[in-house]
Amino acid sequence: MSSKPLKQIHLAAHFPGVNNTTVWSDPAAGSHIDFDSFVHFAQTAERAKFDFLFLAEGLRLREQGGQIYDLDVVGRPDTFTVLAALAAVTERLGLTGTINSTFNEPYEVARQFASLDHLSEGRAAWNVVTSWDAFTGENFRRGGFLPREERYSRAKEFLATATELFDSWDGTEILADSDSGAFLRDARAGAFAHQGQHFDIEGHFNVPRSPQGRPVIFQAGDSDEGREFAASSADAIFGRYGTLDEGRAFYADVKGRLAAYGRSHDELKILPAATFVLGDTDAEAHELAHEVRRLQVSGQTAIKYLEHVWNRDLSGYDPDGPLPDIDPETGENTVALGRASVRQFRDPLETARQWRALAEAKNLSIRELVIATTSGQTFVGSAATVAEQIDTLVQADAADGFILVPHITPGGLDVFADTVVPLLQERGVFRTEYAGTTLRDHLGLAVPEAAVPQAPTGRQAAGA
Amino acid sequence: MSSSPPASGFTSASSESLHLAVALDGAGWHPAAWREPDARPGELFTARYWADAVAEAEAGLLDFVTFEDSLALQSSSADGPDGRTDQVRGRLDAVLTAARIAPLTRHIGLVPAVTATHTEPFHISKAIATLDHVSRGRAGLRIQVSQPGYEARHFGRRAVPLPDTESYQEAADHIEVIRRLWDSWDDDAEIRDVATGRFIDRDKLHYIDFEGRHFSVRGPSITPRPPQGQPVVSAATTAAGGGGAAYGLIARSADVGYIAAADADGARAAVTEIRQARESAGLSAQPLHLFADLTVFLDEDAPAADARRSRLDALAGAPYSSDTAVFAGTAAQLADLLQDWRTAGLSGFRLRPGALAHDLPAITRGLVPELQRRGVFRRAYEADTLRGLLGLERPAGRYAVHPAA
Repeated sequence: MSSKPLKQIHLAAHFPGVNNTTVWSDPAAGSHIDFDSFVHFAQTAERAKFDFLFLAEGLRLREQGGQIYDLDVVGRPDTFTVLAALAAVTERLGLTGTINSTFNEPYEVARQFASLDHLSEGRAAWNVVTSWDAFTGENFRRGGFLPREERYSRAKEFLATATELFDSWDGTEILADSDSGAFLRDARAGAFAHQGQHFDIEGHFNVPRSPQGRPVIFQAGDSDEGREFAASSADAIFGRYGTLDEGRAFYADVKGRLAAYGRSHDELKILPAATFVLGDTDAEAHELAHEVRRLQVSGQTAIKYLEHVWNRDLSGYDPDGPLPDIDPETGENTVALGRASVRQFRDPLETARQWRALAEAKNLSIRELVIATTSGQTFVGSAATVAEQIDTLVQADAADGFILVPHITPGGLDVFADTVVPLLQERGVFRTEYAGTTLRDHLGLAVPEAAVPQAPTGRQAAGA
Repeated sequence: MSSSPPASGFTSASSESLHLAVALDGAGWHPAAWREPDARPGELFTARYWADAVAEAEAGLLDFVTFEDSLALQSSSADGPDGRTDQVRGRLDAVLTAARIAPLTRHIGLVPAVTATHTEPFHISKAIATLDHVSRGRAGLRIQVSQPGYEARHFGRRAVPLPDTESYQEAADHIEVIRRLWDSWDDDAEIRDVATGRFIDRDKLHYIDFEGRHFSVRGPSITPRPPQGQPVVSAATTAAGGGGAAYGLIARSADVGYIAAADADGARAAVTEIRQARESAGLSAQPLHLFADLTVFLDEDAPAADARRSRLDALAGAPYSSDTAVFAGTAAQLADLLQDWRTAGLSGFRLRPGALAHDLPAITRGLVPELQRRGVFRRAYEADTLRGLLGLERPAGRYAVHPAA
């Protein structure tokens, strides 16, 4: 080994909810809506000194075959509202919300994140995601207007515009000097003007600069466009993790893109999502992991999952029998709506061919095939094994840390906090106490300088 | 969960007890309030400041607090930012502020302002439903329209602002969508039926299929039905135009309306007009609370209150004016006034503290005990939900199929 100092691991916790990985039938499974569940989960993450809590988003209930999908957990709270409430019951934990740039406006979202950053004393983060689908758009004024190819162009301009709003106060404006009567230093506070392809807005932003300057920015996505967007604009990227080699390749690729934007290696953290199953021994953990997979993938779930690829009704097939001998319907997927995983199957005929080959080679039923091909647990073993796995991956530059998704709400993180975290601390690769108070502190990110205020344009404040 | 059903006609002040709310905004409603020695103007953008204010209101057993908000900088001008540097400018998002306070309080209602004109009803519906979940049934909202045209330039979606009547029509549609989304999950939609593998009963989730002039929304909500079924919807009349339209919005869409009036006769006229509009809309059987908005400066004696107001006016460089009546005097005098005004058909009051640091404790520690002595205000919180405090029933979901009683 070289004398390179040990990398410090970043850990975050994704609240388990609307996905078939969340096992709701377990007697230990609690409510995914009751605020007590969020409090328990957040306080566990904070007790374990995690960097942040993460919330995903979905803006329309999933449907399959023209009906609301009823096999998985359904329902989630509003992201901003629940994170603001969690700021009251935690002190250090970062609060990361996934907010869509398609069905929102920059002024409102910037104001919500700046407010959350104030109300949490510097713990807000924004996972910027995009959408184009008319299905989700049916819940919004703008509808499904966005052409697919404009997803990233709108997202980039949305983020750039929000950044202009965050930077429209540089943090020195508020004097609040009751003797002189000057509340503001001058009347230019918050002035902005943005003209672009997607947004043409001007005026005054009405939230003063927040503790972190701007929220921490996350970007999810494995595509080339997504990687480039992250390299140009994000503080952390949240992706899928496969093997050590895949992780290292992704890490090298994304970090390699930073220099073109004048950014250093440490300015973008790579934090893949990961699941875990822990046991007293490795053997026990593997046995438990198998049971968990059976709970995550019921016979009905397996058939429904297969329909994502086949794009047709397969309800007549036996999940314990062989794969259908008919081919998938090609073209636009109309069976499963509101589900990101559908995008993985860009070539359903090829996917079906590969799956048939796999099923024949290993003599797998439909359900067994789905269990084998969908994301299994990332980390399985005793606490010592899992701590070793995580540390190895991080030291090998396959990741800077992980966003952990337990399979039980809300107590699924407890065992990790109680058993794996102390071992990582013993190894000297994970904090035993928070060094700072803000999420930027936890992630080792600098507070950004506000851009130099531009000369006001357009209709401007009188007396400025 | 549900409160006892209200006696019929309870909103026409037949019961003895008054309802009291406080409107929180900055350092108080007087533009110089932030310059008071105890004002904490440097803390206006911290959670602690708002938590302290709401804790004080809750200690006074108030029904609820409202949080003012807008999608533009505060201005004394209708045409745009006024360029002033001597008044509080800047605000935190009201819904987030209310949510931040919710876990720190137990009984008091939390009612943030929401602007219908530039927001998505789908987002607002789930935000207020979530505020209700995190506060365990204490959420409301105050819907408002955006009047200044310069606010529209923050969104760029519309070249020119909508005319008043259309803005209010849009706000009414916004509320209709919000309420339908709250009802789009039956209370018992989550079944967790291990035997059939179903987490929810999809027959208990409903498309709302709203089609209006400014938006169409399919539904259902992504957030399960909130604890109150429907959080409390409120709206205010306003002196800045739209009087009739605002009355119409309250009459058609609100559970609580706030009336800005110069005196009891003005309040009576507004109450009459709103009640008539309510009846015309076929909603007279639905309870509607009407509160008067009052700005208050409270002190040990009337000359002290006058002097404090004058001192603030001098700092501000102009006498304070308001769309509401402005009261300066003692707690006993204010109690007299409230008892007099309520005969106009009011069931309560939303008080705007002139200077928050002084007038909020004067309300909770001076006015409230005075009203209690007179037997017209609660001595303890008698319900855990805002609907419960206001004597409003928990509504059944409109889409749910109810078994015959």
